[in-house]
Amino acid sequence: MNPLLSVHNLGFSYGEDGARPIFSDVSFSVASGDVFCLLGPNGTGKSTLLKCISNVLHGWQGKIFLDGRDIAHMKPAEVAKGISYVPQSQQSPFPFLVHDIVVMGRAPHINVFSSPTQKDRDIALAALETVGIRHLAHRPCTMLSGGEWQLTLIARALAQQPRLMILDEPTSHLDMGNQVRILRVVRNLAEQGLGIIMASHFPDHAFIAATEAAILNGGLMLHKGRPDEVITAENLEAAYGIVVKVLHIGAEVNRKACFPTLHTSAP
Amino acid sequence: MPSAEHKSAVGANRILFILAILLVAVATTSMILGHLYIAPGQILRIFAANVLPMERTWSPAVESILLDVRLPRLMAGMLVGAGLSVSGAAFQGLFRNPLVSPHILGVSAGAGFGAALAILFFGNIIAVQILSFVFGLLAVLLTYCLSRVYRSTPVLMLVLSGIIVGALFSAGTSLIQYVADPANEMPSIVFWLLGSLNNASNRDMVVVAPIILVGITVLLLIRWQINLLAMGEEDARALGVDTTRIRATVILCATMIAAAAVSIGGIIGWIGLVIPHIGRLLAGPDNKILLPVTVLVGAAYLVAVDTIARTAMAMEIPIGVLTSLVGAPIFAYLLRKNRSGW
Repeated sequence: MNPLLSVHNLGFSYGEDGARPIFSDVSFSVASGDVFCLLGPNGTGKSTLLKCISNVLHGWQGKIFLDGRDIAHMKPAEVAKGISYVPQSQQSPFPFLVHDIVVMGRAPHINVFSSPTQKDRDIALAALETVGIRHLAHRPCTMLSGGEWQLTLIARALAQQPRLMILDEPTSHLDMGNQVRILRVVRNLAEQGLGIIMASHFPDHAFIAATEAAILNGGLMLHKGRPDEVITAENLEAAYGIVVKVLHIGAEVNRKACFPTLHTSAP
Repeated sequence: MPSAEHKSAVGANRILFILAILLVAVATTSMILGHLYIAPGQILRIFAANVLPMERTWSPAVESILLDVRLPRLMAGMLVGAGLSVSGAAFQGLFRNPLVSPHILGVSAGAGFGAALAILFFGNIIAVQILSFVFGLLAVLLTYCLSRVYRSTPVLMLVLSGIIVGALFSAGTSLIQYVADPANEMPSIVFWLLGSLNNASNRDMVVVAPIILVGITVLLLIRWQINLLAMGEEDARALGVDTTRIRATVILCATMIAAAAVSIGGIIGWIGLVIPHIGRLLAGPDNKILLPVTVLVGAAYLVAVDTIARTAMAMEIPIGVLTSLVGAPIFAYLLRKNRSGW
């Protein structure tokens, strides 16, 4: 059986004839119900990688298969029915209502010359319900907090009714409460059978919510596997250039956690 | 909430209904007023006489003023007003910037240059209309090609290319004004650049009306896609939108409308910028409702302003001057009122 998503030897470079390579030779796969957490330092190409898989960026090398179908041979709307993408938070210049934004997730299912129907509006409301912000449906998006805006974008991605959801650093710029709320939503979606890929700056988030993890550094995917195997003191030190302790916390937490230190080399 | 949903749909329909009535009222007033007052009943009888066998109790001059002067001018006002306003709204969504007008890609600079060229070399109105239309399209085509040379954010490159191309054609227009005969040609160039619907004739309408109507219709058909573009290039692509094709369609429609509008009315500024804002104040930012609203408001607004332009003073006021004179204070007021967001 084909995995939900499989990526083979993916590479991307900016500029004429590959002048500025971003990453290369990236291969991994994601199954339904997986939460695949992509870690790595700033500027290492995590966002670019996610945009290639979401069909936002074109011109990559290698193969991306969705349910065994090469997405290079699929129409943009077809890809968007299978894969949805939650971008890093950004502002909207117009005060669209939250509901209007979530309805936009129906775009791949709607003809270019048509507008959303009542059914589309109901699906959008259900998506808002799922992420727990139905009460915000009629609020202008310019009056949302960072966490509410992120949940709005997740609801929009959900309204696409995809099989795979890609989130680019969904917890950055959020307070601790909102970070955990987002992780809870992500985890619930995976339990309902969605495949999830998310980039994150917080290795701890992989311990909290992920089933798979990988580290992208220097243009290569160096480690991938279970979070336990990937997120080790050695791997984090190599990736981020700092000294990190990874310890298991027992009692009511019962998971591993990362503790960065100010040492410049391992004591 | 289905009830709130229902309410907003009803609200949109009510706004459109009220605006349609407003447009009919403004259009009727525009037919009545002028150097010659024509009573509403008279207007109805003249229209009726053209389809029904009726005895004509009025002078042919009155009928000619109504059918050959005021009617084409009314049509021109409605089409140009509706066209520029709906293009402005579409461009503001496309460029994700509420301060953009349909002229941003250089269409008016190109059209102005074409008109000046025609006045300099041919001196007749048909040449002016044809060359202004062609150069308006040419300017936007240049802008579009220039923006594709750079492989960077397409929307930003479009705006910058528009500024470059606009500056080139404006310089060309200035040069023509400089070499033009100051007794004849220069005043006609200046007057044309100020804008006027004075020259609109039934013959123009036959050619120009279909262009503007097709442009408006296509923009209305794809109006929900403009919401998607307004979320940004990457978001729209992630939602499966063929952004290059939709963007090109919007630019093509808006450019055809603006070039056709400029070719019959000269450069009428501010309307494409201000009317979408009035529309958002009435109907909110959703382009599904906003675009039809701007069609009606824009048509009514330009007909009203044109009626003032030709009746307020003994001499006609250039409409481009008047739209700026009226538009700028309205815009200033909206900026104050709308501080929370567009």
